[in-house]
Amino acid sequence: MSYIGKSIKRHDGVQKVTGRAEYVSDIKLNGMLHAKILTSPHAHAKIVNINTEKAKALPGVRTVLTGQEENTLVGIYMVDRSALASGKVRHWGEAVAAVAADTEEIAEQAVKLIEVEYEVLPIVFDVKEAIKPGAPQIHENAEEYDYIKGVFHPEPGRNIANRTKVRRGDVEAAFARADVVIERTYEQPQVFHLPLEPHGSIVQWGVDDNVKIYSSTQSPFAVRDLFAHGFGLPRNKVEVIAPYVGGGFGVKSGIHMEPLVGMLSKRCGGRPVKFIPTREEECTTLPARQGMVSRIKTGATKDGKIIAEEAEYLWVGGAYADYGVNISRAGAMTGCGPYDIENVKVDSVTVYTNHVFGTAYRGFGHPEVFHGIERQRDLLAKELGMCPVELRLKNLLMPGRKTITGELITENTGRVDKCLKLVSDKLKVGEGYTSQQLAEMKKTGKYRGKAATVLQKSPAMPTSSASSAIIHMNEDGTVHINVGGVDFGQGTYTVLQQIAAERLRIPIEKISVAPGVNTDMSPYDWQTVASRMTVLCGEAVCIACDDVTRQLLEMGAIALRASKHDLALEDEHVYVKQNPHQRVHYSKICMGYTYENGNAIGGPIIGRGKYIAQGLSFICPETGQGKTALDWTYGAHAVEVEVDTNTGDIEVLQMASCLDVGRVMNEAMLKGQVVGGVLQGLGTALSEVVRYDDKGRPLTRNLTDYKIPTFKDMPGNLDVSYVETPQLDGPYGARGVGEHPLISITAVIANALANATGVEMFDLPLSADKVRAALRQAK
Amino acid sequence: MKAINLTVNGEAHKVFCPENITLLTLLREYLHLTGAKVGCAAGECGACTVIYNGKPVNSCMVLAMEAEGAVVETIEGEAKDGKVSPLQQAFIDNHALQCGFCTPGMIMSARALLDENPKPSRDDIIHAMEGNLCRCTGYEPIITAIEQAAGGVR
Ligand code: FES
Ligand code: FES
Repeated sequence: MSYIGKSIKRHDGVQKVTGRAEYVSDIKLNGMLHAKILTSPHAHAKIVNINTEKAKALPGVRTVLTGQEENTLVGIYMVDRSALASGKVRHWGEAVAAVAADTEEIAEQAVKLIEVEYEVLPIVFDVKEAIKPGAPQIHENAEEYDYIKGVFHPEPGRNIANRTKVRRGDVEAAFARADVVIERTYEQPQVFHLPLEPHGSIVQWGVDDNVKIYSSTQSPFAVRDLFAHGFGLPRNKVEVIAPYVGGGFGVKSGIHMEPLVGMLSKRCGGRPVKFIPTREEECTTLPARQGMVSRIKTGATKDGKIIAEEAEYLWVGGAYADYGVNISRAGAMTGCGPYDIENVKVDSVTVYTNHVFGTAYRGFGHPEVFHGIERQRDLLAKELGMCPVELRLKNLLMPGRKTITGELITENTGRVDKCLKLVSDKLKVGEGYTSQQLAEMKKTGKYRGKAATVLQKSPAMPTSSASSAIIHMNEDGTVHINVGGVDFGQGTYTVLQQIAAERLRIPIEKISVAPGVNTDMSPYDWQTVASRMTVLCGEAVCIACDDVTRQLLEMGAIALRASKHDLALEDEHVYVKQNPHQRVHYSKICMGYTYENGNAIGGPIIGRGKYIAQGLSFICPETGQGKTALDWTYGAHAVEVEVDTNTGDIEVLQMASCLDVGRVMNEAMLKGQVVGGVLQGLGTALSEVVRYDDKGRPLTRNLTDYKIPTFKDMPGNLDVSYVETPQLDGPYGARGVGEHPLISITAVIANALANATGVEMFDLPLSADKVRAALRQAK
Repeated sequence: MKAINLTVNGEAHKVFCPENITLLTLLREYLHLTGAKVGCAAGECGACTVIYNGKPVNSCMVLAMEAEGAVVETIEGEAKDGKVSPLQQAFIDNHALQCGFCTPGMIMSARALLDENPKPSRDDIIHAMEGNLCRCTGYEPIITAIEQAAGGVR
């Protein structure tokens, strides 16, 4: 194979390095107006009155909208959020009113002239309090919301938007039998996705309800679907364009500001309206990753076999649970990690609170679950006096065994044990330091420690999640691929080019992927989430290529007067196998073939491919049993840290990460996903935290108060490696990998901290001040 | 409204604009050079970096009015004669970009660094680039790209 596995360069590199790649904020349309929003200064309050008269009177203002006048409920899984707050606000920063005006400055002035009277309500910030009877309710009418029945299980009146359960075996009996039982609670704050590009949108709601939307989105088809559904429009009237998208990490999946901007445009006679949130609005109006409080109880025999595990995951859902309900569901499915445990009880619960609401973030609940699970494994090993790597190897899921939801693991599922051995051998995890090294550490107060963790993830998506692809051949035999999934940086389009080059035997530079998605022209794709593109869209492209191949052979048979059976493709030609110099170039047949006398036959070659997740099932509402995983990607991280016991600083000296990717499709881009994902994970582990004051007002509203890793925060040496256990239904054996590098990073750092200093920390982030305080307390 | 005279990518411009706008707004909205991006509008991310009288600046923190007579270089001027510069090529070759939103700012910061210090050490690079945030790449490939551009012929 000439293209698969090669480090082919990005398809869009030139556009991006020259500044020509156009993002939503770069687009200007004729007659375009600018929108600004007024947001809530309270975390929970009744809206008593809104006066917009002064704002309306300002010259240049074209419309002012409040949720009381016009509104729509939007949501992908739990339809609980309206475009503008109506009746009450449920988090600080929630949009309450909006203005469209000739310029941004006028819109901003107008927003300041809107007067809102609030009646402040008690806030709910603690998930454990929120679910108690008698707690203030954030959604009084929760039972009226629309959601997918049978898939999600809300408990109205308890601030619970969903509870997903997994039950296997008999945990109580197993705990009674266990030689050791450990139980711990872990708290993780909300964190921000922080793609550098904000959620821009431009909407033009024209005459006769023709709507055109430009959006910085991972999910153009979901935006179309939810927008049309929310306003009762037919899908063919709504066109969604996703141009270049400046990162997403999940926060640009589902639907966001488009309905609000659409309503503004409609009220302005169909003039296009542009809304680009400020960084503060990105941090307070748009969603974050959910926080979590987990309690995990683990029972094991004295030789280290885990026989029971009970986990309660309380997700800090924030004010709206739109996407959050599916994260708690995904968290339950993966609730005990890649371990073979006979007796399991998991409750995973999305809780409404007055935080800014939560949504999908790279890893979709797995980083949060694995923080507790992988901490718990090291704590158990310590309790038993075992090597933590040995303990894991003893309990990992192996072929022939079943997951906690009853799914059979086979030889082709992937090998987490190989990943773990690879990384722990590389860093010699489990081996101690020499007495000389230890003496040196004591002298400097800088203690080193090592740890390793494992990870797993499968896509969490509807059982009918589908992708499609169309391939056009141009006059000269070059190729355009058209898909409905978005490349917002992860590099999927380059991999699709590689697949097509490989299959159609065309040099890669002759294959283009149409940049951006336009739902009027691109074939359908559910959403670009869940590390599903290489697998599902990749399969669709394989099938579309096979369709093109069939047509090339048909036309080649005519041109070469040979049976299709005797023909093959190579080097942009159809040729006769037994006589290779008898061949015809694609350009002679891809628009039809013309005989010597002028007669023509055929026509343009267009290939079509579609693929849908195979064999996924709904789960049993009582036990969680069922098949939800399209593919499991396993992996492991190992780390060596140095902890400065005077300052509490943790420095990452070296790391090794390994994933069972099935098949390396593009090594350089794969490494890019790992290096980027690991650093993002280190941010979660060491510094990132969304903070609020006691009135629920966010304190982290900019990039100074909310710190993401910079050039200075790169880990020392990061060794990246792969295991390749082919996925039978993945293209060339590949499986999804975009999210995985971020999973289990927080636990590996906390485990290494414990190994270095003996201090066990459970909550995140492991910022220097907290580590220092914990070290002091331990003394 | 006021008139400002400045040179951008070698071309002289006279721009009529309100007095309170930033250089970034002037470039993006009045000269339609949208390569410099708005990541924060507060000097915290570097996505808007341009070279201003020879020095890299966050153009969201410079008032347009201060730019009277200034010489400004933006990402749009980096490629010459229809060819990407060696620095741009090094970014492509080393996979130093993913979503690309930080890339124009990264390249302008790197350009300013290399103009000043053609053979920067790894520490020099980290120090010079520290104000440019990237959420996608993990930075390592960006350092490699700059090192390669510094090593190659310019
Ligand atoms: S936009 Fe200027 S520094 Fe972020
Ligand atoms: S490439 Fe996306 S922020 Fe740098």
